[in-house]
Amino acid sequence: MSGNSTYQPQSKVLQWFEKRLPIGGLIHSSFVAYPTPRNLNYWWTFGGILTMMLGIQIITGIVLAMHYTPHVDLAFKSVEAIMRDVNYGWLLRYTHANGAAMFFFAVYIHMFRGIYYGSYKEPREVLWILGVIIYLLMMATGFMGYVLVWGQMSFWAATVITNLFSAIPGVGDTIVTWLWGGYAVGNPTLNRFFSLHYLLPFVIAGVVVLHIWALHVAGQNNPAGIEPKSEKDTVPFTPYATVKDGFFMACFLILFAWFIFYVPNFLGHPDNYIPANPAVTPAEIVPEWYYLPFYAILRSIPDKLIGVLALFGSILILAFLPWLDTSKVRSGRYRPLFKQFFWLWVIACIGLGWLGSKPPEGIYVILSRLFTLYYFAFFLIVLPLLGFFEKTKPLPNSISESVLGAKA
Amino acid sequence: MTTVSSAEHTRRDFLYIATGAVGAVGAAAALVPLISQMNPDASTIAAGAPVEIDLTPIAEGQIVKVFWRSKPIFISHRTKKEIDEAKNVAVDSLKDPEPDSARVKSGHDQWLVVIGICTHLGCIPLAHQGEYDGWFCPCHGSQYDSAGRIRKGPAPKNLPLPPYKFVSDTKIQIG
Repeated sequence: MSGNSTYQPQSKVLQWFEKRLPIGGLIHSSFVAYPTPRNLNYWWTFGGILTMMLGIQIITGIVLAMHYTPHVDLAFKSVEAIMRDVNYGWLLRYTHANGAAMFFFAVYIHMFRGIYYGSYKEPREVLWILGVIIYLLMMATGFMGYVLVWGQMSFWAATVITNLFSAIPGVGDTIVTWLWGGYAVGNPTLNRFFSLHYLLPFVIAGVVVLHIWALHVAGQNNPAGIEPKSEKDTVPFTPYATVKDGFFMACFLILFAWFIFYVPNFLGHPDNYIPANPAVTPAEIVPEWYYLPFYAILRSIPDKLIGVLALFGSILILAFLPWLDTSKVRSGRYRPLFKQFFWLWVIACIGLGWLGSKPPEGIYVILSRLFTLYYFAFFLIVLPLLGFFEKTKPLPNSISESVLGAKA
Repeated sequence: MTTVSSAEHTRRDFLYIATGAVGAVGAAAALVPLISQMNPDASTIAAGAPVEIDLTPIAEGQIVKVFWRSKPIFISHRTKKEIDEAKNVAVDSLKDPEPDSARVKSGHDQWLVVIGICTHLGCIPLAHQGEYDGWFCPCHGSQYDSAGRIRKGPAPKNLPLPPYKFVSDTKIQIG
């Protein structure tokens, strides 16, 4: 990684080891001496929080897999056995289930922050696209994990989501049968979802390494959106960023613990405590809250193929963000018009989330269509045009000037 | 060593290309079992054998659900009113135009046999609900009429017909 290491181990053993594998120097230059912009705010702590959440999900997940049985007749029972019989099973499962929700909560804040401060702009395009890939992998992993419970919501979520692929003209049905390993969602489907649900977090961990690598090549963005120019603009990662990240991780864990210990089922759907029944679709099926905006986009379009394309398009469009935003100014702080359109877009995203939980009728459909339209217009019309028409505020000369004022 | 200009093809170039081609074919061949294993296995296919259904216990106006190839099949014993409604619709006005006669076997107008999976995203529609005396899908609001044809909502197609035949007047074989 970048930066000259000043790592000088004292002990002879470490010096011997460092000559053969310079891992100490790598860690030192990446997480100790690494220069971070001095003006980072708390929105920048979510990268660390996300890494922590990935770790929590992998550890609890590995342990849960020791007690879970991926078979249609036994899956639901084994989950209930985890809740009732396994020592601390309830804690492990509630941590894992709510952990997924907290993971998505943190990633949404991380993404909103990246968009507000223009963190996707040159030279951070690859860093941003790796982030979009991580998000896609997270969605796939979260969905398959939800299916493993094998309750009613699990089964019908699996049915609806796999059927999205039936919209592909010509080969759609063949692909869906292949995904299922049968003529409907069944035991082969559950089995392969378990296999992939175990695999994907490690793929995510691999892409996270690339994401952090790309971050350390380009350097962190910051609230002023200008590059550090002198040593006055940066502080060493340790202790400044480590302590700040650590403090906010603790705050985040308090919220996490509140969900686990006080309202562990608040974010889940009660119907998922009914074992899967292929003969009956629940009266109202909704995905987990973190997929609701995309579900609302899917439902707002009355045509199947276009609806599915809009659903996938709404996520994939993020990967093109570095080229859709034509403004030279990175940070939303100095972009008065962008700021307003951005918050409107945040409202559209949250609004779509709310609408996704409502039945698809009447005013809800009309609102979903309006918000969907704006969601895409923000990327395809607003951002490309703003770069040409917006009069941005003057940028500070340096990061230290933005913090300390012009005197410094 | 003699240098060879890059424009000239050498035997070494040929070896590179031939090696690469063999490698690509080998990799593609290795993918076949890896992809194919995900398709329905022999037991799943065997379990999809035809089933015979006795129609005598199904009362007029009743809709029953049976399973074939783990798919729900709706068997509807239609009333006179439902048959008339299905027949009196202008076929051209339908989203997936099909006359009622194409939805049933001739001479058995009262029996409608359809696969009970919404053609939108695979939920099971609820019988005797919606505005068309047929089915209503609770997931995304698609509505089907008494001939299982899509009338309203996001589903693109009519409820599909399974392959079936009348073994006798009161018995059908699905599959």
